[in-house]
Amino acid sequence: MRAFAYQRTTQIRDALNLVAQHDGARFLAGGTNIVDLMKAGVESPARLVDIRSLALGEIAEAPDGGLVLGATVTNSSVAADAQVRLRYPALSQAILAGASGQLRNMATVGGNLLQRTRCAYFSDPSEACNKRVPGSGCSAINGAHHNHAILDWTSHCVATHPSDMAVPLTAFDAVVRYETLHGPGEIPLAEFYLPVGDRPDRETALPDGALITAVVLPAAAVAGRSRYRKVRERASYAFATVSVAAALDVQHGLVRDVRIALGGVASRPWRARLAESALCGGPATAERISVAAEVEIAAAKPLRDNAYKVTLARNLIEAVLTELAADSGEERNG
Amino acid sequence: MSDDTRSEIALRVNDETFRLAVDNRRTLLDALREDLNLTGAKKGCDHGQCGACTVLVDGQRVVSCLTLAVAADGAAVTTIEGLADDGELRPIQEAFIRLDGFQCGFCTPGQICSAVGMLAEHAAGWPSAVTRDDSPQRAQELTEEEVRERMSGNLCRCSAYPSIVRAILEASAREAVAG
Repeated sequence: MRAFAYQRTTQIRDALNLVAQHDGARFLAGGTNIVDLMKAGVESPARLVDIRSLALGEIAEAPDGGLVLGATVTNSSVAADAQVRLRYPALSQAILAGASGQLRNMATVGGNLLQRTRCAYFSDPSEACNKRVPGSGCSAINGAHHNHAILDWTSHCVATHPSDMAVPLTAFDAVVRYETLHGPGEIPLAEFYLPVGDRPDRETALPDGALITAVVLPAAAVAGRSRYRKVRERASYAFATVSVAAALDVQHGLVRDVRIALGGVASRPWRARLAESALCGGPATAERISVAAEVEIAAAKPLRDNAYKVTLARNLIEAVLTELAADSGEERNG
Repeated sequence: MSDDTRSEIALRVNDETFRLAVDNRRTLLDALREDLNLTGAKKGCDHGQCGACTVLVDGQRVVSCLTLAVAADGAAVTTIEGLADDGELRPIQEAFIRLDGFQCGFCTPGQICSAVGMLAEHAAGWPSAVTRDDSPQRAQELTEEEVRERMSGNLCRCSAYPSIVRAILEASAREAVAG
């Protein structure tokens, strides 16, 4: 590991200045990903600016009735928060479906969004990886890629985004709030992650040196009727092969609002807008749910060894929406 | 050259304050084991995947292999060496011994520290992935399924899991009775 300087500050402006003034400086929060990648030689910051003492550790009510998750709130605290569990249950479920109790106690909201792919070739400096070394090639595209992308990949990179938390956040139209030396800014999560294109090393639309300060969850009645379901290779403590966050609001037998996002299928959390459009406005019948899933998955381009994800993604969308539709029916009858 | 790659830190470990000069690359795990000679926390994978290095930082279980010592400056750390009260084992430690909660013992300090943190999380009403009650208010019962899920960050290569789960459930029931 390369030697590095370390500083801790209590003021956002000081943190921004420290990163702006030093080449190779990075923010440090929970450290669960960056410290690991530093050990592997994938990341080699010259300076770490610890942001856990900044006043970004609270969950607050937003004026519009939504919630503001401070950037350094731990994953554990978000998952256990009573308002999150009541108003955005799929978010709590997604966080609890990821990592371990120890890691969730360390990992933060902002860090979760900025974590790097778990593609094995990315974390192995002896392999070709365009995400790690632009222009070096992609070892995964013809390698061990059974857990890689089926949507939106390019010949430059087939890695997936590993976050569970970001999947329901995407479904709920969350907004990333950040601060720079030139003032604050916001990016909808749907635009936060860049398409792979030919520069998979460029992952987010966050300006250079910007510090994520919060993730804003807009008020959304539909989010209260949401679920997260994750399929993985063991029962706990593993990254998703495919996951789904979905929310469904049925009024008078018709779908008034529906949100669907997939994890484990692309370089970013995948908002299933085609499926949403196919379902909205009509009844949530088994046939319409099936068509919606099919419409979304029609664009999938599986790699040599991951065609199973196409079937899995379709089945997961169907299963979760069917459960949510059944819940709506029970409420109506009950 | 001014050496800003080292730091003077204070760690409060098991109720005793230690002042250390560390390379910023030093993990909390290495500081405990190499600088403070507290070798209870084990280095298994060194990548946050096995849980053998689990300690409590400010009361919460964390993996010390991914915690930089310098980032723990000022924190209160509890290791397996600090759990017993004046030589008297905690119920969880006693239960691991009596119910064979280990075979080789390598993962045991991490298992026990993790269990202490986990039981506190459960007592605070934190849900897990298998918690079925959606109501945030009601506390869920600590079942075998809950223990297995909540302890999934601690691997045991001897696969002593059935006894580990029994020991945790028994210690938890006894602590509940003791109030």
